[in-house]
Amino acid sequence: MRMRVTPVSLRQRLVMPLLALSAVLSVLIYLSVRIGADRASEATLDAVLGAAALAMAEEMRAGEGGAVVDLSPVTFSMLAAMGEERIFYRVALNGQTLTGYDDLPAPATPPTALSPVYYTVPFRGSELRVAAVSRSLMVDNRASPLTVLLGQTREGQKAISTRLANRAAGLGLLVFLAAVPLSLLAAGSLLRPIATLAEAVGRRGPRDLRPIRHPAPAELAPFVTALNGFIGRLRGTLSQTETFIAEAAHHIRTPLSVMRNEAELALRQTAEEATRARLRSLIRAVDDSARSAGQLLDHATVLFRADQKALAVVDLAAMLAAMVARFTPMAEMKDMALRLTPADRALPVAGDAVLVEAALRNIIDNAIKYSPQDSDIDLHARMANGFAVIEVCDRGRGLGGSAVQGLRVRFQRGSNVGDVAGSGLGLTIVDEAATAMGGHFALTEREGGGTCATLSLPLQG
Amino acid sequence: MRHAVAALAGLILWAMPVQAFQIEASRSFGAAAPARVIEVLSTTDIDVLAPVIEEFLQRNPSLGVHYTLASSQEVYAAVSAGGAFDVVISSAMDLQMKLANDGLVQPLPQTLVEARPYWTRWRNLVVAVAQEPVTVLLADSAVAGGLAVPRTRRDLIALLRDHPDRFRGRVGSYDPAVSGAGYLFAAQDARLSDTFWRLAEVMGRLDAKLYCCSGDMIAAIRRGDLLMAYNVLGSYAAPKSEAGGAAGQGFQVIELEDFTLTLLRTALVPKSAPSPDLATGFVAYLLSPEGQTLIAGAAGLPAIEAEAFVAKPHLSPIRLDPGLLAQLDQLTRQRFLEEWRAAMDQP
Repeated sequence: MRMRVTPVSLRQRLVMPLLALSAVLSVLIYLSVRIGADRASEATLDAVLGAAALAMAEEMRAGEGGAVVDLSPVTFSMLAAMGEERIFYRVALNGQTLTGYDDLPAPATPPTALSPVYYTVPFRGSELRVAAVSRSLMVDNRASPLTVLLGQTREGQKAISTRLANRAAGLGLLVFLAAVPLSLLAAGSLLRPIATLAEAVGRRGPRDLRPIRHPAPAELAPFVTALNGFIGRLRGTLSQTETFIAEAAHHIRTPLSVMRNEAELALRQTAEEATRARLRSLIRAVDDSARSAGQLLDHATVLFRADQKALAVVDLAAMLAAMVARFTPMAEMKDMALRLTPADRALPVAGDAVLVEAALRNIIDNAIKYSPQDSDIDLHARMANGFAVIEVCDRGRGLGGSAVQGLRVRFQRGSNVGDVAGSGLGLTIVDEAATAMGGHFALTEREGGGTCATLSLPLQG
Repeated sequence: MRHAVAALAGLILWAMPVQAFQIEASRSFGAAAPARVIEVLSTTDIDVLAPVIEEFLQRNPSLGVHYTLASSQEVYAAVSAGGAFDVVISSAMDLQMKLANDGLVQPLPQTLVEARPYWTRWRNLVVAVAQEPVTVLLADSAVAGGLAVPRTRRDLIALLRDHPDRFRGRVGSYDPAVSGAGYLFAAQDARLSDTFWRLAEVMGRLDAKLYCCSGDMIAAIRRGDLLMAYNVLGSYAAPKSEAGGAAGQGFQVIELEDFTLTLLRTALVPKSAPSPDLATGFVAYLLSPEGQTLIAGAAGLPAIEAEAFVAKPHLSPIRLDPGLLAQLDQLTRQRFLEEWRAAMDQP
C-alpha cells in the first residue's frame, strides 16, 4: 500500500534551510571568536611572558660565589597587570634552585638560549603558563647553565576570552533569533505573488476564461503561460462545443420549419381522422423540437454575449411591452390572456438588448408553457431599490417542491413536468442573462397556486 | 606597630615551617561567652583598632573578637602555615601580596571589592583599610638657627651634609635588614628615586642609628636622642604631634614633596579561616563609611580616600601588585641589603 505523503510546503522548504543556515552561522561565530580570541591572546601574552623571562635571565650576573639576582618589580607588575594575574618564578643554576618557588615544575624539553619554551602546568590551584629560558653564566670560571622559569596565571585572559565568546554567543543567538522573523518575512514576500495570482484566478467568475494578464514575477511566468495555454485550450473546446450546438440548432430549425409546413399542408389536404391526429401530433413534436433548438441557440447566444458584455441602455418597460405583444397570439391559442401592468415610466437598464430579449422571451414562454388552458398570466414592471423589476406570475403547476437553484441549472427540469416537452434550458438562459448584466433572477411560489418569476436588472442613471 | 621585631627577619621567607608562632599580645572583645568568635591576626596595635572593634560588636552583640598582635613576619608565617585566623590585617603589603599570590587567600565578595578604588586592592583577595604616609620627623632643634625646613630629599641631603656636626649620630631610620616595613620603604624609595642612595650615603657618613620600628624612632625624637628620623609612619607621629601642638611637641612631621610613599594597610581572609562568613562581615564593616570614619577618627589611621592624592600630589601609594614579590625575592633582597650596608658603612 502506498503511503500518502503530504508535500512539504514552500514556506517550510524556504524557512527551514534559512534557519539551519543561521544556526550554523551562529555556532561558527561563537567558535571562531572563542578559538580566535584564545589563540590571539595566548600568543600575545606568551610573547610578553617570554620577553620578561629573557630580560630576567639577562639581568643575572655572576658574583662572588654564585649568581647575582636582581628582580625588577616593574617586570612583575606588568606581567600581573593584565587581568591581575599571579606570578611565580624559579631561578636555577646548575640545576640547583637559587631563588623563587623551588616546586615550580621544569619544562619537559630543556630550554635553549635562543627562544623561550612555553608550557602549561597546574600549580597551587591554578593553571600556570610558564616561559622557560636558559643561558650560560660564568661562575667561578666555569660556564654554568642558568635557567629562569617565569609563570603567570591566565585567569584574566580566560575571563576576557570567555566574555568575548559569550558576547559572540549572544550575537549568534541574536542572529538566529533575527533570522526567524526575517526568514518568515522572506518566505511571505516570496510566496505573496503566488497568493496574489491564486486570488486573481480564484476571484474570476465561472465563465471567465480570459487569459491571465496579472503581473507575475519571471519565475512564475512559465506557470502563468502554462495556465493561459490551458485556459486557451479549455475556451477553445468550450466555444467549439457552444458553436457546434448553435450551428446544430440553427441547421435543425430550418428543416423543422419545412417539416412543419409540410405537415400542416398535409393536415389541410387530408380528411382521414386517424391521419390528421397523427399529423397534429407530428406538428406538436416539431414545435417542441423547434423550441428546444431555439432555446439552445438562445443559450449559446447568451453565453457568447455574456462574454462580450456589450452593454447599452435599454428600456426594459418598452421591451416587455413588445414581448407581450409578440406572445399574445401564442397565448390566445391556449385561450390565455397576458395581463400587463406597465410601469408608470421608462425603466432604463444597463444591458444587452439581445440578452434582455432572450430572458424575457424565455420567462414568458415558460409561463405559457406550464400554465393550464384558460388561465391568465400577470406581468408587472416596476422599480425597486435601484432595480428594474419584471414580475411574471402564472397559475401553473408551481415549482413542485424543486429547489429554485436546481431549476436554473442547465438541462435540469422540475420534477412535475414529465408531460410537457422541454429542454430544461429556459430558466438557465434567464439566470445567465440576468447574472451577465449584474442582475438576478428568482422563482417563487404564488399565493393561490402558480409561480412568480422575478427578473431584476440594475437601473441606469 | 611592631614591625618585624622577630630576629628572624632577613632570613629565608619561603615556605618556612612555623612550629612556634610568636605573638606579642592578644585581647578578647565582646561578651564573656559569645556565640561565635572572629579571630583577627594583625600587626596593628590593639589600642588603635579597639574602638572600631567595639563599635562592630555593638552592632553584632552575639559575636566576639579575639585579637592577636604579631610582627608582620610572624603574621605571614602563621597564615602560610595554615593558622586558624579569620581576618589578617597587616601593614606589610609585600607579605600580604605574597599570601594572595601563593593562593592562600580566599576571595572577598565581588560586590564588596568592586566598590573599592583599584589602587586599594589586588583582585578580590586583598583590600586596603587605611592609607598611611611615610614621613620624615624633624626635631625643631635640627633647624635651629633659622635654617629652612627641608621640603624635598634634595633639601634634606643638603641640610645633613651642610651640618655634619649637628647631625652626627642623631639621624635614624629603619633597619631594612631587620624590619619588613623598613625594607619595603627603602626598596620603594630606591625604585622611585636615585636620591635615596645619596641620602643613605649621607646618613651612613653621619653614623645613622637603625631602628626596628616607627614607635622607637618617635620615642627617640621625643627624648631628643634623634634630630631627624627618615621613613616613619606618620599615622603614629601625626596624631600625637597635633594633639600636643606641633611647636610644643618639639618636632614636626614632614611629607617630602618630591614624593611621599603611602603605605596601604591591607586586610585579607585566609583560606584557612574557620568562619569566612564572619570574616567577610568584619572586613565589610572596616570598609563601610562608618568603619572608615572610625578608623580615621578613633583609630587615628588615615582612611582610604582618593581625594588625598589629588590634594597632595606628592603622595605616592605603594602599588599593591605582584611587583612587590620581586622585592621579596631573597637574592634580590640580599643584593639590596648589601648595597644598603655599603652605603651605611662609610669609611
